[in-house]
Amino acid sequence: MTPSTTTTSAATTTPIVELSHVTFAYAQQGSTGEPVLDDVSLVVEPDDFLGVIGPNGGGKTTLLKIILGLLAPQTGTVRVLGQPPAKVRPRIGYVPQHAQIDITVPASVLDVVLMGRLHRSSWGLRYSRPDVEAARAALEQTAVADLANRRLGTLSGGQRQRVLIARALASDAKMLLLDEPTAGVDAQAERGLTDLLHQLNERIPIVMVSHDISFVSTHLKRVACLNRRLTCHRAGEVTSEIIAEMYGHQHVMLVHHEPDCPLSDPGCDHGHVHTDLHLPHATSKPKAEPR
Amino acid sequence: MIPFIESMRHNPFLGTGLLAGLLASLACGLIGPYVITRRIVFLAGAIAHMAVGGIGTAIYLSTHYPQSLGWLTPLGGAILWSLASAVIIGLIHHRARERLDTLIGAMWAVGMSIGILLIKLTPGYHAELMSYLFGSISFVSREQLLLMAFLDAVIVGALMLFHKRLLAICLDQQQAQLQGVNVLAMNILLLSLVALTVVCLIQVVGLILVIALLTLPAATAAHHAWRMGSLMLIATLLCAVVTTGPRMLVYGTQVSPESAIVLAAGLVYLASVVVERLRRGLA
Repeated sequence: MTPSTTTTSAATTTPIVELSHVTFAYAQQGSTGEPVLDDVSLVVEPDDFLGVIGPNGGGKTTLLKIILGLLAPQTGTVRVLGQPPAKVRPRIGYVPQHAQIDITVPASVLDVVLMGRLHRSSWGLRYSRPDVEAARAALEQTAVADLANRRLGTLSGGQRQRVLIARALASDAKMLLLDEPTAGVDAQAERGLTDLLHQLNERIPIVMVSHDISFVSTHLKRVACLNRRLTCHRAGEVTSEIIAEMYGHQHVMLVHHEPDCPLSDPGCDHGHVHTDLHLPHATSKPKAEPR
Repeated sequence: MIPFIESMRHNPFLGTGLLAGLLASLACGLIGPYVITRRIVFLAGAIAHMAVGGIGTAIYLSTHYPQSLGWLTPLGGAILWSLASAVIIGLIHHRARERLDTLIGAMWAVGMSIGILLIKLTPGYHAELMSYLFGSISFVSREQLLLMAFLDAVIVGALMLFHKRLLAICLDQQQAQLQGVNVLAMNILLLSLVALTVVCLIQVVGLILVIALLTLPAATAAHHAWRMGSLMLIATLLCAVVTTGPRMLVYGTQVSPESAIVLAAGLVYLASVVVERLRRGLA
């Protein structure tokens, strides 16, 4: 019941995630369609804080599903903690968009967090005492322990996101994988979430996917731009040109952008905000992202 | 109510009818909350109507082949067919999301018409058909009581083992899958438990009306509680009240006890909606 013992020693030396030359296309009536991911290579190091940005339909969700082992690439290899992803799935702390949870389900916040212990939980009606303790400890870490007995539907967007992060932590995850963590979250809660992720990043690598460039670019160590192909940048290197090229659109504007301040410099806190990025949500070639 | 209690002394069927109602209440109270939470009311309805096919098949086969298939009772046929349809519906639900409602609707109607056709082809069973479709709480046999108790035990046992995983697939299927839960198997298990509940309800309200007892008490409970455990408790108690009280009240009148049960469940739900609205309006 403890899969960790075999993987931890390897995890310290091998990258957390290693994708090499991954190509993936969804099947379209017998044949494979146009690739959603084309020759994507990516390495996530144990102390990483990586943001993946890109337009809708650019392959973000597909990339997540491949890292989680829910989809298998046509070519290329995927290793998570040095193993095929399906084997280590419970060790990947996946945080879905909070809209994915059915908030009408009769369950408390603690019930939701306990789901993170399910893979190690036996049959039977109740979770064991250590499982409950781990779930409560995870809620402490995301500063929502006082909500443990609340109904999920009564929480705000920011609180719900913290509960989902706690669920991921409760599974003793070796990394956090977040899908649009700031979607449907107000500005103040977003700042709180950012601080929380920074704090967590001191001991756990984080990969997050977002189309919200203002959030991604100001807080991360590295940024990966994904639009079918993936290019990685150190956080200071992402310029408006790179973004414009990726989104295939010249309407990307950086207002209030000071010359010596590259977008996404993590140390950039001298008062101005990068909120004036006008990103078109659809690219010139709109494509529905399959679920 | 008084005439009912007086008659109970010399009519043992009244007692068994009450007991049948209570046994059915347990199944309903445990599975109903899952049905409304998982939003599978329509699937439950399809399973119930497919069970008519099972009853028809059992009656037809056991009459025409008494030597080899004489053991096949109508309720046995209902169990087999409803479990089989639970598996099929579970697989369809898993694979073909787009055409789901069309396929389920088709199974619903076809299953029922097969049942009616086969019963019509079997001489002497026409009255029995009515009792399966509309219930016959006044004539529950000892064997049927034992079967219901057994089905209750299976349902309770399965929930004791799988409750955590069933709740997980209600909350977040993808996370459940990532946690190593076999989502398809759990979905089929839940539908199978619905199938067993349907069989439990045949005698009490009949296959046409099982949906009422599966959903109304649980939906009423959901107005007043939000933990799965309390939902189950309240739904079970409500079921127990509506399967006993109304039946006693209408005893000796023209009103059939099965309709009284369903109408009472509906009225309780309606009253609960009104109370809920008023409370929300005041708050």
